[in-house]
This record gives sequence, structure tokens and C-alpha cells, in this order.
Amino acid sequence: MTDFTPVAGLLGGALIGASAALLLLMEGRVAGVSGIFARALGSPLRNLRWRLPFLAGLVLGGLALAQVTPASFGGAPRGPLLIGLAGVLVGFGTRLGEGCTSGHGVAGLGRLSPRSLVATLTFIGSGVLTTYVALHGAGAP
Amino acid sequence: MSGAQPGEAADAPPGTAGRSMGAAFVAGALFALGLGVSGMTKPTKVVAFLDIAGAWDPSLAFVMLGAIGVYGVARRLILRRAAPLAGGAFAEPRGKAIDAPLVLGAACFGVGWALGGFCPGPAIVSAGSGSGQALVFVLAMAAGVGLHAALPPRRRAEAPDGAPPRAR
Repeated sequence: MTDFTPVAGLLGGALIGASAALLLLMEGRVAGVSGIFARALGSPLRNLRWRLPFLAGLVLGGLALAQVTPASFGGAPRGPLLIGLAGVLVGFGTRLGEGCTSGHGVAGLGRLSPRSLVATLTFIGSGVLTTYVALHGAGAP
Repeated sequence: MSGAQPGEAADAPPGTAGRSMGAAFVAGALFALGLGVSGMTKPTKVVAFLDIAGAWDPSLAFVMLGAIGVYGVARRLILRRAAPLAGGAFAEPRGKAIDAPLVLGAACFGVGWALGGFCPGPAIVSAGSGSGQALVFVLAMAAGVGLHAALPPRRRAEAPDGAPPRAR
């Protein structure tokens, strides 16, 4: 059970949009976290000129947030085995579908890409179904 | 081009390399702050958005709305420029195909997103906060990326490594 926070949502969303705009303005690139992460894994260092600092900003941003508002981070709702499976599915799925919540959901929808709209509706749909089965399906707690 | 991607400056214009790295770092930190402010670093809040049959929390939709609104407007202004500040060219994904890999990949991502309560951005930010579970998730995510890279390169033959990705 979490509280509905539309104002904080819009504000935080605006910051995310500003971040994506900054990356587009400076590098001409789309702020898709899954793509940046995947490319950082297998690329020669010279290709990481802006990707590595972006990822460092995410990590150190998390570190700073944890100091200021530790309550920003809650325990994941599942055990470590399920978390591992979830991570593999997210890593694999975002490569096959070429994007995640940021690349398709924000940048893609921000340029009105039909491809990103289909991707976004699909991952929200499969997420809703999965949650339904996990929380309300037969044998659910 | 010496290994840089098309549309990406192999060598940034003189004097911009440091600025470019600094801007990318600020963009990453701003992204993390936005996720923190909106509560999206909390897996329970993400799952509450997906749980439409339970105590539904639509906050995530407002995060997307805010982000799409700001980015959509800023993007139109930015694309009036001839080139990005760090040089090179604007390289937005150009793919139009709505095909099976797109839908299967997105569906697979959605399952993992719901099971873990993390998508890539919040997972990396949470790992930075010191969350062990987020760290496990990020390592597993890397394994998933590796799994995809090990697949027969049907798709990557169309977009060889180094070409701009079609969507991210």
C-alpha cells in the first residue's frame, strides 16, 4: 500500500525529462538507461565518453539520496532468487525490445514514436498481468 | 571515426570533452534525483502502480506525464539546432518496425519489472544507495544483456555494433 503522490510524481518526472533533454542537447543522444547500461558493458572505453559519466551520475545520485532521504529506498517486495530472475528478464527483454521505461516510455513517447507506444503499452500490460497473477492469482499469499 | 558510433563525435570539438562528461554526469544525477523525488526508487510504489486490482497507486503515470511533457517540448526546441553542443549529429532512434522482437522483448521486460519492482534506472540508482537487492538485480540485468548478446545475431546483422540503436 503506497500513497498516491501526483505532485511529487509530476515534479520528479519533470526532472527526468530535463535530464533527458540535457543529454539530447549535449550529445544528441536519447537517455535510454537500458541501452546506455548495455553499451557500457561491452564497449571499448573511448565509446564511453558520456555513457560512463551518466551512469556514474545515477550511482552517485543514489548514494547522495540515501544520505539525505534514506526512506527513498524500500526493500524490494521479493526474495533474492526472484530478484535475480527479474533482473535477467529485464536485461534480456530490454535488449530484445530495444528500450525500457526511459528509452521507450519517456524519450520514445516524447517524440510520439508509434513503436515506443506499442512497447510501452506492452510492458505495462505484461507488468499488470504479472502483478495480478503474483498478488491475486491462485495460491497467492 | 575511430570506433565511435556514426553521429557521435569521435573527438569532441576542442575544449568540450570535459564539459561533455560533466553534462552527462549532471544528467545522470538529475535523473536519479527525479526518480527519488517521485518515489520511483521504491519497488513497492512501482508494483502498486501495476497492481490495478489491489490498492492501485497511479503515481507512476504522473511521473511519465511530467517527463514526457518536459522532454517533448525541450526536444522540439533542441532539434532546431544544427548539431548537439558536444559535436557530432543528433542520433535519435530511426526504427519504425513494430515487430515480434519489439513486442516479445517489451513483454519480457514487463514481467521482470513487475517481479522485481525495478526497471534499469531505479535499479542502478538503488544499487548506488547501497541496496544489496538492487545490486543483485543490476548484476542479473547484466547477465540478461549477455544472454541476448549470445543469441544468433539475426537482429544485430541489421544493426551492426556501432550503428545507432533503433530505439532505447
